[in-house]
Amino acid sequence: MIRLRYSMFCVLVSGLLALGGAFADNHVPANVELAAEQVFTYRVLDEHSSLDPQVVEDTSGAEIVRDLFEGLMNQDSDGKLVPGVATGYTVNDDNTVYTFTLRDNAKWSNGDAVTAHDFVYAWQRAADPELASPYQWFVELMSLKNASAVIKGEASLDTLGVRAVDDATFEVTLSAPLPYFPQMTTHATTFPAPRAVIEKHGKSWTKPENIVSNGAYILTEHLPAERSVRERNPMYWDNDNTIIDKTISLVINDENVALTRFLAGELDRTEVPAGQFPRLQKEHPEEAISFPRLCNYYYTFNLSDSGPEAFKDVRVRQALALAVDRKIITANVLAGGQPEAYTFTPAAVAEFTPPTTEMAQMSQADRDAKAKVLLEEAGFGADNPLTFDMMYNTSEAHKKVAVAMSQMWKQKLGVKVNLSNMEWKVFLETRGNQNFELARGAWCGDYNEASTFLDLLDSESGYNDGKYNNAKLDELLENAKVSDNAAEIYTQIEDIIAEEMPVIPVYHYAGVYMMGSDVGNWPVGNVEQNWYSKNLYKIAQ
Amino acid sequence: MLGYALRRLLVAIPTLLLLVIACFFLMHAAPGGPFTSERPLPPEVLANIEARYGLDQPLWKQLWDYVSNIVLRFDFGPSFVFKDRDVNDIIAQGFPISLTYGTLSFLVATIAGVALGIAAAIRHNTWVDYFAVSLGIAAQALPNFIMGPILILTFTLWLGWLPGGGWNGGQWPYLIMPVIALSTSYMGSIARITRSSMLEVMNSNFIRTARAKGLPERRIIYRHALKPALLPVISYLGPVFVYVLTGSVFVDIYFSTGGLGKSYVSSALTRDYAVLLGVTILYGALTVVVNLLTDLAYAWFDPKIRFQ
Repeated sequence: MIRLRYSMFCVLVSGLLALGGAFADNHVPANVELAAEQVFTYRVLDEHSSLDPQVVEDTSGAEIVRDLFEGLMNQDSDGKLVPGVATGYTVNDDNTVYTFTLRDNAKWSNGDAVTAHDFVYAWQRAADPELASPYQWFVELMSLKNASAVIKGEASLDTLGVRAVDDATFEVTLSAPLPYFPQMTTHATTFPAPRAVIEKHGKSWTKPENIVSNGAYILTEHLPAERSVRERNPMYWDNDNTIIDKTISLVINDENVALTRFLAGELDRTEVPAGQFPRLQKEHPEEAISFPRLCNYYYTFNLSDSGPEAFKDVRVRQALALAVDRKIITANVLAGGQPEAYTFTPAAVAEFTPPTTEMAQMSQADRDAKAKVLLEEAGFGADNPLTFDMMYNTSEAHKKVAVAMSQMWKQKLGVKVNLSNMEWKVFLETRGNQNFELARGAWCGDYNEASTFLDLLDSESGYNDGKYNNAKLDELLENAKVSDNAAEIYTQIEDIIAEEMPVIPVYHYAGVYMMGSDVGNWPVGNVEQNWYSKNLYKIAQ
Repeated sequence: MLGYALRRLLVAIPTLLLLVIACFFLMHAAPGGPFTSERPLPPEVLANIEARYGLDQPLWKQLWDYVSNIVLRFDFGPSFVFKDRDVNDIIAQGFPISLTYGTLSFLVATIAGVALGIAAAIRHNTWVDYFAVSLGIAAQALPNFIMGPILILTFTLWLGWLPGGGWNGGQWPYLIMPVIALSTSYMGSIARITRSSMLEVMNSNFIRTARAKGLPERRIIYRHALKPALLPVISYLGPVFVYVLTGSVFVDIYFSTGGLGKSYVSSALTRDYAVLLGVTILYGALTVVVNLLTDLAYAWFDPKIRFQ
C-alpha cells in the first residue's frame, strides 16, 4: 500500500515555499467587477452519504465537507498544495515523522480555537473500529503507525501514530516513508472533528442545528435529497478573502432536467449529458466547458481460469484493442472532448507523461488491417468466428459505447459479441467473482500519481478483476515505490500493457460542464476537481 | 361494522409480518450488499462495518433483532448508505412530502376525472363526450416520465413561470407541476371508468322508472344515478391512492421534491436493507388501511354490500 516518490516530495515542498501566502488563489483580477449577489448554485446527482468528515465516502459529500471543514493542507486551482489549518510542516530525515505547525487564528464556528488535539481526535476516530468508517482503508493507505492494528481492534486508539506535541504542533509518525503524505492531508478523512459536539449529539451532530465546523462555510439548511445550503463562516481565519456568501447544492437526479434548469437560469453549474456537448458548445460557447479529468475508461479481459480460452491468446486481445475506433467513440458517441486512450494512465496525471504507444501512432485503417491479420493468425475467421460476452453496468452512456465497440468488431473482424448489462451491485459482484468474459471498468485516481492507476494491474491487487498476472510488471511496480525516477518505470509498465493488452483502454474522462459565464476561478486545472467555494467568485454581468 | 374493521386490522399484522420476512430474504438473496463497492474494502474494515450494523449475525438473528426493535422501540434501524441518518428520520422527512403532493394529485385526479366522466355520459355522443373521451385517452396515454420533462421545458424554460423543481416547504409554485404530472393519467382512467359506468346506470330500469315518475333530470342524476355509477370508480380509487404515493418515484426524480418514492427505488439499488424494509412496511401498512377504507366506502355507497 505504500508508494514512494522522492521527486514528488521535492516538488511539494518547493511548491509550498514558493506560494508562501495561503490565499493567492482567491484574489480577483483587477479588471473584474464582482456581482452584488455572491451565491453559487450547483447540481448534484444524488444525496450525499454523510457530512461527517471521517465517514463521508462520496464525491458530492466530500465537496460539501471541503467547504465546511478545513484540513492541514488545501489544494490550489492546479491541485498544488497550499496551507490550510497548518502553515507548514517539517519532516525527519527518513521521511517517517511529519510535524505540522498549526496557525494560531484558526477557529471553530463556535469560536473555539482549532488545536492539534482536534486533529488527533479526528484521526483516531477515522481508525476507530467502533465508528466503522468505510474510509478506514484511507487511514491504512496513509501508513499511519499502528493503523492496521488499531483498525483490527488489536491496539488501542492512542497507539495510532498521531500526537499533539502542543496546541499548535501536530506530529504524525508513519510505519514506512511516504513522500507524498502531505498531499493526503487535503482529503476529507483527515479533517479535524469537534469532539464535544460529536459526544453530545452522536451521529446527528452533522444536522444544521448541531454542526460546528472550522471551514470557510457553515451548514445552514439541509433537506435530504433536495438541497443543502452552506453560508459564510464569520469565524473562519481567512473570511476576509472569501467572496462567495452562499453555496447551494441541489439534488437533481435527471441530467436532462438539470440541463433545462441550468438553461432557465436556476443553476450555475451542471454536467452535460453524453452526446450533447457539440450542440451546447455551438449555442452557448462561453458556458460549455470541457477539461481532462483523472479517470480512465476501459474494458478488462477475464484472464483467470474461468475466462475464455481465446482471450489467453495475446493476438486476440491485440486484435480487439486495435479494431476499436476510439475517434468515433470520443468524437461521435460521447462528443464531450474526452481524450482517446491508448495507455492505461490518463495523460492528465502529474509528473508522468504516458508513452505514445505504437497503436497510437498508427492510422485506424492500419490498425484494422493488423487486427484482421492477428485474429486470423489466432485461428479465427469467417468459418470459425470469435464469440464472447461483453458486460457493462446499466447506463445509457455505457450502452452506447458497448454497442459501438461490438459493431466495430462485427464489421471489421466478424466477431460475434453478446452484450449484457446489469445493475451496479450485481455487476460488481459478477465481475469481482470473475464471472465474465469482457467487462467494463473505470477508475478515478485516489491521488494524483500514476501508481493509483497502474496498481490496479498488480497481480496482488484486490481491484484486478481480470486477474492479469505478470511478474515483471509486479516487480516494476514494487521498484517504482522506492525509485528516484518512477516516471521511467511507469513508461516501462505502460509498454508492457501495450504489448500484452490485458485491458482495452477506450478513453479518459473529461469534466464536461455547463458553467455560468459569471462564475470566476473554477479550477479547471485541478484534475481531481477538488474545488473550494471560498476560491470562487461571481462576476457582475 | 366496527367489529369488522377491527378484525381486518388484526389480520393485517400477520400479513405485514409475512411481507417483512419475504422482503428480508429476497433482499439478502440479491447479489451484492450495501458495502459492495468498486473498491473492495480490506477484510478488517469490512468486518468492523458488518459488526457495527449486525450483518455478521446469522440471518434469522438479524431478522429477529430487526422485528423486535420495531415492536419494542418503533426503531427501524440505521440507514447503511446515509450514515448520519436513521430510517425513522428518512421516513419522517420524506413521507410528509410524498403525502402532500400525493393527496393533492389524488384529489385533482378524482374530482376532475369524475366530473369529466359524468359530463361525457350525460352529453353522450355530443362534442362534450368526444372532447372528454379524447382528453381522457390522451392523458392516459402520456406516460408521466415524458410528461415531467415536457412540463419543465414548457413552464420553466420557455415560459419561465414556475421553478423547475425543488420543494421549498411545499409552496404552491413548487407543487403545480408534480401534481399535474402525477394526476393526469389517473384522471384519464377515472374519467373513462366513470363515463362507462354512468352510461350503464343511466340506461337501467330504475332510472327509466325515475324518468317515468317525472323527476327532474338533475335530481335523477345526483340522487339516483351517481351513487351506483361511482361504485367501480371507488374500487379503482383505493389502489390509486397507494399508487400515487408509492408510484411517485418519477416525481421525486424529475422534480427533485425529496419525497419517499425515490428512497424506495434507490434503497433497493444500493442494498440499503433497513431503508428498503422500512419503506416497504410503510407502504404495506398503507395498502392495508386504504383497502379497508375502500371496502367501508363501498358499503356506504351500496346498501347491497352491507356487512353482516
